Amino acid sequence: MSEINLIQAINLALARAMQEDESVLVLGEDVGADGGVFRATDGLLRRFGQQRVFDTPLAEAGIAGVSVGLAIQGFRPVAEIQFSGFIYPVIDQLANHASRFRTRTRGRLTCPMVVRAPSGGGIRALEHHSESNEAMFAHIPGLRVVIPSSPRRAYGLLLAAIRDPDPVVFFEPTRLYRAAREEVADDGQAEPLDRCFLLREGSDVTILAWGGMVAEALAAAETLASQSVGAEIIDVATLKPLDADTILASVKKTGRCVIAHEAPLTGGFGGEIAARVAENALLSLLAPIERVAGFDTVIPLPRLEQHYFPNADRIAAAAMRAMAYQ
Amino acid sequence: MQDTVARFEIGYTRYIDPLGKVLGELPNGVRDPAVPRELYRALVRTRTFDAKAIALQRTGRLGTYASSLGQEAVSVGTAAAMRDNDLLLPSFREHGAQLWRGVTPLELFLYWGGDERGSDFAKAREDFPICVPVGSHAPHAVGVALAFKLRLAPRVAVCVFGDGATSKGDVAEAMNFAGVWSLPVVFVINNNQWAISVPRNQQSAAATLAQKAIAAGIPGSQVDGNDVLAVRIVIGDAIERARAGKGASLVEAVTYRLGDHTTADDASRYREDKEPTRHWPEEPVLRLRQYLASAGWWTKTDEEHLLQETAAEIEAAAGAYLATPAQNPRTIFEYTFAQLPRDLAAQSAALTAGPT
Repeated sequence: MSEINLIQAINLALARAMQEDESVLVLGEDVGADGGVFRATDGLLRRFGQQRVFDTPLAEAGIAGVSVGLAIQGFRPVAEIQFSGFIYPVIDQLANHASRFRTRTRGRLTCPMVVRAPSGGGIRALEHHSESNEAMFAHIPGLRVVIPSSPRRAYGLLLAAIRDPDPVVFFEPTRLYRAAREEVADDGQAEPLDRCFLLREGSDVTILAWGGMVAEALAAAETLASQSVGAEIIDVATLKPLDADTILASVKKTGRCVIAHEAPLTGGFGGEIAARVAENALLSLLAPIERVAGFDTVIPLPRLEQHYFPNADRIAAAAMRAMAYQ
Repeated sequence: MQDTVARFEIGYTRYIDPLGKVLGELPNGVRDPAVPRELYRALVRTRTFDAKAIALQRTGRLGTYASSLGQEAVSVGTAAAMRDNDLLLPSFREHGAQLWRGVTPLELFLYWGGDERGSDFAKAREDFPICVPVGSHAPHAVGVALAFKLRLAPRVAVCVFGDGATSKGDVAEAMNFAGVWSLPVVFVINNNQWAISVPRNQQSAAATLAQKAIAAGIPGSQVDGNDVLAVRIVIGDAIERARAGKGASLVEAVTYRLGDHTTADDASRYREDKEPTRHWPEEPVLRLRQYLASAGWWTKTDEEHLLQETAAEIEAAAGAYLATPAQNPRTIFEYTFAQLPRDLAAQSAALTAGPT
């Protein structure tokens, strides 16, 4: 067993899924010989052949629509959308079609497909490459929305997404692709798609994050610990359907809730979580809910991007504001 | 200096003229009188269904409905060219094709009456339900055709959409994919000249819609969409070509929308009444009857029997539709995912409990 990064874990899970189930196909722009622009599909063409790993013409709606047709016919397509800002045409196919076939045909036709896409910024990328648009997808009924935050969880969650009988959007934080490494056993073990992950226990404040913000939340917890504040860190991981039980149990214990996400504040998924907490745990709260999010602006180009993204300092500061209420 | 590097032309096929007269020799597939007689029955059945659906809607017993009046030959000819195990991906105006393939009038009434069970076809289990967002099912047909090709199955996906859909990127993307991958799929344009209020000449500056195939590297041709024999032959050829591994094609069936866009539409707001009047003499049902009658293959008695038979079938289906009990409201949740997630179970429970 060796230590691998998140992109390698994605690659490992794809290979595992393809090996154990012949109906799993990989398609997208440059996923074949090139192995994907981030190398997520590296080596898959060589190993599984062009019947199962194929490049598509450059058309995102088409990629999603073709995946719908394949899935309904019993394949398990895993489509790659190359960059986060290129995924918007895919929303039509997911919202109007993939997410609805099961219910509109009363179970006759179903759509077990995965759309993988990079998400978020922080890697000094080009315009349209740093978007965090998960909330747009979480608003679509019938769709699962998953964002891993470590190589091990990426492996297990992607396996679960591919094995799931319904459509899943799987966002991969680009800033984590080549960040931390950890040991990942290629044991075919999936992680549950209906659970948050409790990463660090603490009794003073609950910090909820997903994707690229989880590492920032964990760093904030270190800072807070040095000031004798115990932060409980939860990786939400699956936004839809939401594991509200785990979140509410934690907030009821700590009495304080900080939600961190890269996506813009207004209409971000943090608002949904805040509403759930307000609806179900208001009387346990000692302090107002804090949201630490991207601003409601266009993501700046790389020279200013570090001012845009939430980070450990902002998260820790929000937690300290909450701590002011006793 | 300049050379011509590519040259294209678009053919147009018609066998029966608007007066029912045969133009030239009929091809093999439709020469046996049994074929046009069966097609005629299907045209009349489709039109009978259509009239009943409109009557039900006008009396508040059906939802908004898209009539296929005048375009029955596109639907029926297309479906008649398919094998049972080919797969239909219809737009919302292809009742004739669905009925031919075994979707029942009851199922269609249920669907248009607002009941999802109408898309849980007892037959044609793999056929897609109608696509309401225009043209976005074209890439699905590509996925289906790719599935057939990967499994080496001798099956063909047939995707029908309207003239308006040809303006959409989905259709262009789908044809392009199908061309690159040489897939067993046939795209059929039901060109009824109107996309709600926008006429064909405002939809595209192209001389034909069939020529949109050229850019995708697949064959494109026109057929008289009111000549069901021509539709049957031209689309049949495209389907068998696809089945033989020679790839996708596009057929533009040129027809005319004699009715409103849907029952919620009033075409007199944007279309002169004399325009449909001008097109009535070209409509497909009378045309085929005249052909059959002049050949001595259809009598007045045949006609009376057929009208009685179809009326009885459609009336019975309408009766069964009106007598169908509503679904349990819980089914709203039951088919959202294979298994109801905990988070959604709470909402389902709230629905069941009602306001407390």
